[in-house]
Amino acid sequence: MDLVSKLIVILISTTVVNNFVFTKFLGTCPYIGVSRQVGMAFGMGCAVTFVTTLSGIMTWLINVKVLTPINMPYLKYIAFIMVIAAMVQLVEMYLRKFFRSLYDAFGIFLPLITTNCVVLGICLFVDLWQYGFLEATVASFGAGLGFTLAICIMAGIRENLEWADMPKALRGAPITLIIAGLLTLAFMGFMGIIKG
Amino acid sequence: MAEEAEKLKLQGPPESWGYFVRGLWEESPVFRQLIGMCPTLAVTAQVKPALTMGAAVIFVLVCSNVVVSLMRQVIPGYQRLMMFTLTIAAFVTIADLLLQALVPDMSEKLGPYVPLIIVNCIIIGRAEACASRTGLWTSFCDGWGQGLGYMLGLVVMATVREVLADGTWAGVTVLPRGFVPWGVMKLPAGAFLTLGILLALSNHFLKKK
Repeated sequence: MDLVSKLIVILISTTVVNNFVFTKFLGTCPYIGVSRQVGMAFGMGCAVTFVTTLSGIMTWLINVKVLTPINMPYLKYIAFIMVIAAMVQLVEMYLRKFFRSLYDAFGIFLPLITTNCVVLGICLFVDLWQYGFLEATVASFGAGLGFTLAICIMAGIRENLEWADMPKALRGAPITLIIAGLLTLAFMGFMGIIKG
Repeated sequence: MAEEAEKLKLQGPPESWGYFVRGLWEESPVFRQLIGMCPTLAVTAQVKPALTMGAAVIFVLVCSNVVVSLMRQVIPGYQRLMMFTLTIAAFVTIADLLLQALVPDMSEKLGPYVPLIIVNCIIIGRAEACASRTGLWTSFCDGWGQGLGYMLGLVVMATVREVLADGTWAGVTVLPRGFVPWGVMKLPAGAFLTLGILLALSNHFLKKK
């Protein structure tokens, strides 16, 4: 398989087939928390995609080019989390300067991208899968894209649920989780697209 | 001074006890605060990994609470989140290496979910809400309370899923042989459905006051 088709397979795999939210449960907290309106969910997804792509590239470089040669892989986690925190800070400053309204709408959820499992998750999985540089870049971007997809679908469903008459005990988080379960079953239909 | 010490002694134990008990049920991380959900869903297909994960979280939570509580006078406010995260990352590295050395098969099964404890909202949440404001002993008890509460939540989830999916509990067969396993419980979808239904049940039966 040549490189380009391999990269395309990785992109499809991380976006829909092995979607991080549905199959690895990463990023469940914002998935439940910020999925009330489609607009906000999409903005959140874009911010997360940006952060995952950049931090995926940076952590790959640090892990392979710095920590492995000097034989200090045990510093991996600390290095990863520092890179992610710096990237989130960058996005925060950029949004505050150029997209003030979006910045205000996110509020506390923006700095919380630091503790979004998708971001650290993709860095760790790229390390686990032993990807090369281009593969790591594509996988990080795909993971962010998959998160955006998942959170937008969920927000669309929840906007329509506002007027539904459901039992009191199910309102809020429980119904969101049950919908997530059904969506996961639906996404299993993509399983056959690629092998392995 | 002596009076103050007396007062502290009188207030001390009940307050820290309160923090401990609250973590167990009233503010249970899994069922009440709804935080740290990624591992709750991911490692609860079976009871044994859930227990291992719970133990790792307790270790990290107690250690980081103690260290953060000791550092709380020294850290300037605007740098605190960075310091919390670094402290947690250091303890998670220790926990990960310990697991690799002591229970290699479990460590392999949990995979990246152990390092993902770094971004578990419970730990940084407790550092912010409790350890950075209260004394050493209270934060220690709080760490144990929240950690045990979390472990309890994980085990409840894992029990439901493992019994329904395999008819076993921690590897021991509990259901009769004629039982048809619910394959879906082992899949990611089963995790979402189980947590959703458990939450709805706990809302329905326990929140009425």
